[in-house]
Amino acid sequence: MSFDLSSDYFHLFGIPVSFSVDTGALMQRYRELQQVVHPDRFATSSEQERRLSLQYATHINEGLRVLKDPLERARYLLQLKGVQWDDEQTTLSDPEFLMQQMELRESLSEVREQSDPVEAVADIITNVDAIIQENTRLLEGLLQSEDLDNLDKAKLQVRKMQFLQKMKSEAESLEAKLEDEL
Amino acid sequence: MALLQISEPGQATAPHQHRLAIGIDLGTTNSLVASVRSGLAETLADDAGQHLLPSVVRYMENGSTLVGQLAKEAAADDAMNTIVSVKRLMGRGIEDIRKNEFGSYEFVEQDTTVPRIHTVAGDVSAIEVSAEILKVLRERAEKTLGDELSGAVIAVPAYFDEAQRQATKDAARLAGLNVLRLLNEPTAAAVAYGLDKKADGIIAIYDLGGGTFDVSILRLNRGVFEVMATAGDSALGGDDMDMLIARWFMQQAGISDDADHAQIRRLMREARRAKEALTEAETVSVAVERKDASVWQGELTRSVMHELIDALIKKTISPCRRALRDAGIAVGDVEEVVMVGGSTRVPRVREQVEAFFKRPPLVDIDPDKVVAVGAAIQADVLAGNKPDEEMLLLDVIPLSLGLETMGGLVEKLINRNTTIPVARAQEFTTYKDGQTAMSIHVLQGEREMVQDCRSLARFSLRDIPPMVAGAARIRVTFQVDADGLLNVTAQELTSGVQSRIEVKPSYGLEDAEIEHMLRDSMEHAKDDMDSRKLREQQVEGERVIEALQSALQTDGDQYLDKAERELIEQSLSELQKINLGEDVEEIKDAIKHLEKTCSAYVERRMNSSIQNAMSGHSVEEFES
Repeated sequence: MSFDLSSDYFHLFGIPVSFSVDTGALMQRYRELQQVVHPDRFATSSEQERRLSLQYATHINEGLRVLKDPLERARYLLQLKGVQWDDEQTTLSDPEFLMQQMELRESLSEVREQSDPVEAVADIITNVDAIIQENTRLLEGLLQSEDLDNLDKAKLQVRKMQFLQKMKSEAESLEAKLEDEL
Repeated sequence: MALLQISEPGQATAPHQHRLAIGIDLGTTNSLVASVRSGLAETLADDAGQHLLPSVVRYMENGSTLVGQLAKEAAADDAMNTIVSVKRLMGRGIEDIRKNEFGSYEFVEQDTTVPRIHTVAGDVSAIEVSAEILKVLRERAEKTLGDELSGAVIAVPAYFDEAQRQATKDAARLAGLNVLRLLNEPTAAAVAYGLDKKADGIIAIYDLGGGTFDVSILRLNRGVFEVMATAGDSALGGDDMDMLIARWFMQQAGISDDADHAQIRRLMREARRAKEALTEAETVSVAVERKDASVWQGELTRSVMHELIDALIKKTISPCRRALRDAGIAVGDVEEVVMVGGSTRVPRVREQVEAFFKRPPLVDIDPDKVVAVGAAIQADVLAGNKPDEEMLLLDVIPLSLGLETMGGLVEKLINRNTTIPVARAQEFTTYKDGQTAMSIHVLQGEREMVQDCRSLARFSLRDIPPMVAGAARIRVTFQVDADGLLNVTAQELTSGVQSRIEVKPSYGLEDAEIEHMLRDSMEHAKDDMDSRKLREQQVEGERVIEALQSALQTDGDQYLDKAERELIEQSLSELQKINLGEDVEEIKDAIKHLEKTCSAYVERRMNSSIQNAMSGHSVEEFES
């Protein structure tokens, strides 16, 4: 039997196909795999071995990235369950969520007026992180059920989290800008 | 060597020679070389017993160079021909240098993207200057260790972008070094510290050198050094403190901004002396000579210096905060803060770091030597001297990589703090009928607009099969390797045609330029180079032979049928014969041929070693 780059990440890491992941076990397996394939093990090897090693190590890193990040993991899991991700944006019609987004956006645009803008933007990022975590818990509940209706809800929940993630990266970009100006 | 390493424990492998490998800290102010000897990593001294080599290169009229202490002593008197802090110029464009540097050199306006400094010995780039420093370190190591080096690990600031890394690697190549790996300085420090203290847990490395600042958060776990996040500033260090102090001297002494190079060097030297004195003393008296030879005498107190440098120290604290957040941990999770780099000797820096991390930083390791020592330890492992070593370094990319999109915006492709190696593929299409080429602009940085990020390179894809607009699907793969260097490949998917890629680095030398420099440097000692090259190639050949024989003995029968094995044995004995000859190219070809013959075997062995790593945890047990 040969190592199969096309097997799914859960199998690659030998963990159950589920949204809830035992991070300890995941990291343990990750280290075991990298111990074997990492380019540092092949620094003086033939070109072919170095190329293979780079390819395998990259694949294992990608697997870890997907399994570690709740949003990526959810997307990946839904994809394995047959959910199609078209890139067209689904409009969200959750008034409460939209309101929260607007408020966050507003506070982001007012950061410069604060006495310590860097601190202010850091606070917003912490806040967004907390909201992301809360949404992750909701997502976890939805993904544990096999109910097809819940899969649709999970898909919507993933969309929400994508919005939040985008907000976070905008805030981080602003933070970088403010720090440049220091 | 890898082929040896993946054999089962306890099985006999052919004894192999200890390979000489070194670790180099190519610092802004000082450089060091270290090596593992009899199991102990230590820095190597020069004939005078000095370990630190000042990173200063003086170009002489006769074309020769002085490197180190002698050059440093001439830094003020022969300012235009004596290059200091060249690390700050690596991978940088002329506009960055003008923006950031104080009293820099006479740059030559040229159409090439790499700024060249005008000296009496000709125009030199930062890469060539760095290569001079590396050559001295290489020679020191060869002399001390008494043999040829098999390779080197060069430490670079974690926050170095791709262009700065590439420039460093190019400099090492020019200096005749085989680069086993570019290693991030804080990671190197963590290795030296972690192995020494047998520490496990989360540590922060605060590394403030002469010209660069890094902070890395690492998780240490039984020999695995996992970088969780890194942040920093690749143009911030002790030099900047000196500049601020020197500016204050100028103000006090009424020296105008148009001070000449020699005067600026003297001011900087005096500023550094004052700063160092204030590590112990509360006040220091200073003397600065004006142009008219009159002298200003005054006093600098610790508190005035604090006022001058506090903003600069504060600039190191926001990266600390960002690194913690990117690592997803709180200040309280950090179990130890390790100080690295000469500038962490400034008491004010220690105070501020302690205030932020809420714990006294660890200062009992030598902040100057720890990076070189860590690099040497990894070099020893990479060279294959410790086949049973479990040490593994998992590092990250410090700055996001992105592509230019419509309207001058940057679309992020790989986020900062992603573990390397990493690859991302993106599909592009053509927008004109029959279009056979397109251009991709790769940038690095966190900001949204192209002009706020750092331009790395423009890649031109050529040989796209002509099709109607929008029909071609070009898959471009961006691969960042374990050195943090980018490699781009492209393929048109509907035809399977591999696109040719031309790279135009924004701030680096093109391959052809490097080749040219290498040729130039070899011409001086051609015979010497030829014999050296042959010997290197033969050693490489011996290595391949030795590794393969050992592998075949271990598991040749397991993975190969009789016919396959015969083919391999045949090209193996071919290489053995050719390797005794004197034709470098012939040996190269024979190695290539052997590797090609073995490719299936190598792949099977690698696959099987991964299977072994996964065994004991069968997938099925989770699924039932």
